[in-house]
Amino acid sequence: MQLSVLTSITGVLVLVWILELLRRQQLREKYAALWLAIGVVIAPLGFFPRLLDSTARRLGVASGVSLVLFAGFVLVLLVCVHLSWETSRLEAETRTLAEDVAMMRAHLAEHHDFPIARSGSDVNDPEVKA
Amino acid sequence: MIDGKRVLIILPAWNEAEGLPKILREIQQKLPGVDTLVVDDGSTDSTAAVAAACGSRVAQLPYNLGVGGAMRFGYRYAHLHDYDVAIQCDADGQHDPAYVPALLEKLRDEADLVIGARFAGEGSYKVRGPRSWAMKLLSVVLSRVAKTRLTDTTSGFKACNKPMIEFFSHWYPVEYLGDTIESMVGAARCGFVIRQVPVAMRERTTGTPSASPIKATIYLARAGLVLLLALIRRMPANVKAIEPATRAAARRPELIGKV
Repeated sequence: MQLSVLTSITGVLVLVWILELLRRQQLREKYAALWLAIGVVIAPLGFFPRLLDSTARRLGVASGVSLVLFAGFVLVLLVCVHLSWETSRLEAETRTLAEDVAMMRAHLAEHHDFPIARSGSDVNDPEVKA
Repeated sequence: MIDGKRVLIILPAWNEAEGLPKILREIQQKLPGVDTLVVDDGSTDSTAAVAAACGSRVAQLPYNLGVGGAMRFGYRYAHLHDYDVAIQCDADGQHDPAYVPALLEKLRDEADLVIGARFAGEGSYKVRGPRSWAMKLLSVVLSRVAKTRLTDTTSGFKACNKPMIEFFSHWYPVEYLGDTIESMVGAARCGFVIRQVPVAMRERTTGTPSASPIKATIYLARAGLVLLLALIRRMPANVKAIEPATRAAARRPELIGKV
């Protein structure tokens, strides 16, 4: 089997998957552009893996396939760092929200007879009414 | 009220229903007129109910945020409710509230943040092996950063004045060891004055400290990393702008003892 068969099928599948996720609104818009651009670049490279050979040689890389592998790795690394950054930010936000909820509960308990849950787990349990 | 100052004792508590009544009653006896806030850090036992029954203020975090998270909440609460002094104290009973006046006195005279320190002469508390190396490393580096001798940097018994409360309500590290090491480094780097007073620690009424050498070594490594990060992290401009009471007093000597 030729290399181009494997890569073209993968490229098309990836592009289709990204489009489907976007269509179902599962990806935020800010990521949509990024992933669409990646899909659009990947798909033709799948059909013609040698497309980047001349560019690669000019950059000092032996073959276009290696260049794609290298670029892909750098991209994945950047995406990972970005996701770590996003989760840190989200954690800070949910933490602040949790604190604000506790602040309001404390105020309500003190001034408006709001019930204090018998145990912490009751706070999140709508079944239990203290 | 103590000396005309509103004082809040913050007790972060995670499943401490057993030990809480004793320490709360002790605080009420030894320190009448002081408010207590139990921060229930997502307990699965009756911590919050027990604290409320003992007449303490109670805040229930919807899920476990860790000691650092509970303390950050405590400082936000103290800042929002305009307290003059906030004191952090463990809910397991190892900190004796009888030392609070000593902490307050040091706070009034010469510091923004006062640490109640073991190993500083009082009490009997012995640690050996990697854990003691970690504590020595922390003590040496933090003493240098804070420009004062600090012997017990991971103590959870400390008092803050008003600007310090404001500082911590805006900036409080919540990750591992953040509530002890990083918070102190941050305060010192922003010009707040840190001092310690010797206190004796009691046996915990609940729970046991870990003594495994492997755990102690991991602790040493993590403490080193936290310390390194704390020294190089950039402080946000809005917290750097908060003026320590000690600096204000140095500028205007007539304010000494009033801030």
